[in-house]
Amino acid sequence: MGLFVTVKLNPERCQDGCQACLDVCPVNIFKLEGGKVKVVAENEDECTFCELCLERCKNKSVEIIKNY
Amino acid sequence: MRLYEYEGKILAQKVGIPIPAGKMVDSPEAAREVARDLKGEVVIKAQILLGGRGKAGGVKFARDPEEAERLTREMLAGKIRDRKVEKVLVEKKLEIIEEMYLGITIDEIKKRMILLAGRTGGVEVEAIAQKPGAGFARFHVDPFIGVPGFRAKELAKHLGAADKGLGALSNIVSRLYGLTQKFDASVAEINPLVKTKNGSYLAADCRVEIDDDALFRQKELESFGIFPREERGREPTELERKGAEIDRVDHRGVAGRVVEFEGDTGLIIGGGGASLTVFDAILKYGGKPANYCEIGGNPTVKKVQLLTELILSKPGVKRLAVITNVLSNTRVDLVARGVIKGMLNRGIDPKKFPVVFRVPGAWEDEGFKILNKYGIKYFERAHTMDEAAKYVVEMGKS
Repeated sequence: MGLFVTVKLNPERCQDGCQACLDVCPVNIFKLEGGKVKVVAENEDECTFCELCLERCKNKSVEIIKNY
Repeated sequence: MRLYEYEGKILAQKVGIPIPAGKMVDSPEAAREVARDLKGEVVIKAQILLGGRGKAGGVKFARDPEEAERLTREMLAGKIRDRKVEKVLVEKKLEIIEEMYLGITIDEIKKRMILLAGRTGGVEVEAIAQKPGAGFARFHVDPFIGVPGFRAKELAKHLGAADKGLGALSNIVSRLYGLTQKFDASVAEINPLVKTKNGSYLAADCRVEIDDDALFRQKELESFGIFPREERGREPTELERKGAEIDRVDHRGVAGRVVEFEGDTGLIIGGGGASLTVFDAILKYGGKPANYCEIGGNPTVKKVQLLTELILSKPGVKRLAVITNVLSNTRVDLVARGVIKGMLNRGIDPKKFPVVFRVPGAWEDEGFKILNKYGIKYFERAHTMDEAAKYVVEMGKS
């Protein structure tokens, strides 16, 4: 969890590891670990709210929360 | 980036401008070797990035290799115009009969390169050029045309060349312009351009400045042993070195370019003229800037965070001013995140520490929300940088 932004991936919805979010994120918030997409905690605060991940995720697994 | 004389001469030689025989050395023994190879009298020239070197004792003549060694030893042990001399150029002494001036730089008003040719060269040419009737010919270069042969000949003629000399000198004029184009030089100056007893023309000194923004494509310079560097006239401090490292963490945006001062007010500023206004304002209200730095072009949160941490790590910094002009290309909320994270990482409570924020720009409303949450005083764009500076200095006093 970042100080200003929290990015959540719903593991039940993100099943197939399509990596669409990972491909589009300009600030490297997602990474692939053991075949699954994970959030890189130290990069969460770099989120610019471009919402490309929200747009591209067909399963609606990504959630972005402002902490302010 | 200003080049040393010997580096400028390498470039001059690459474009075909004749230079005196010689070699750059960094030890007295090597100077002796070079002097022996050159035979006869030599000149020892201290390599520093400042003018007025001759008058300060940075140019000396040696009759034999032993004297060349001794003079080099003295030069390398001392300072010229307060600069440590690390290299000298040993050249064959020329039999000069005429000294002229030839230079190219950018005319900022006309937005073109300007060629200057003067019948008088050598020391204090700047002062001479100001006087009426100094005999300086000027020629603005059309970038699409360059320096046509007839123009080069006109300038050569102005410099007093005739017959065979006309061709040789006009070649130097054309080639000096060629040097600026090939190596992205913003200044290329031959002072003095000399005529020797045997009638040949040579670049006795050569000053070249490469446009910093073009260094990325001037990889060829590295093959001549000329590497990008930042010239401050002194070694960078630890703080400055770390600042440069921060900027290299990521290619996105600028957050670094730190210059350290003895002061109590840490500054996170945008660089350029607006920053100097901030400096003046801080000083006017009784604060002392602890540093210069630059942020802009939308740096990452991480870079701003590291820069904030660095500036706050400087002993004696008792307040922080984050003040810029309107930053339309930088997200205010991302800067706010970085500054706050930097403060918290240093164990500083933003609510208690004297800090002010005056960064109008993209996403400022989001930025203000963040600053509000952490109790940081901010000024909106309706308030001047001066007001913000006054506020933070007074905050730090109480």
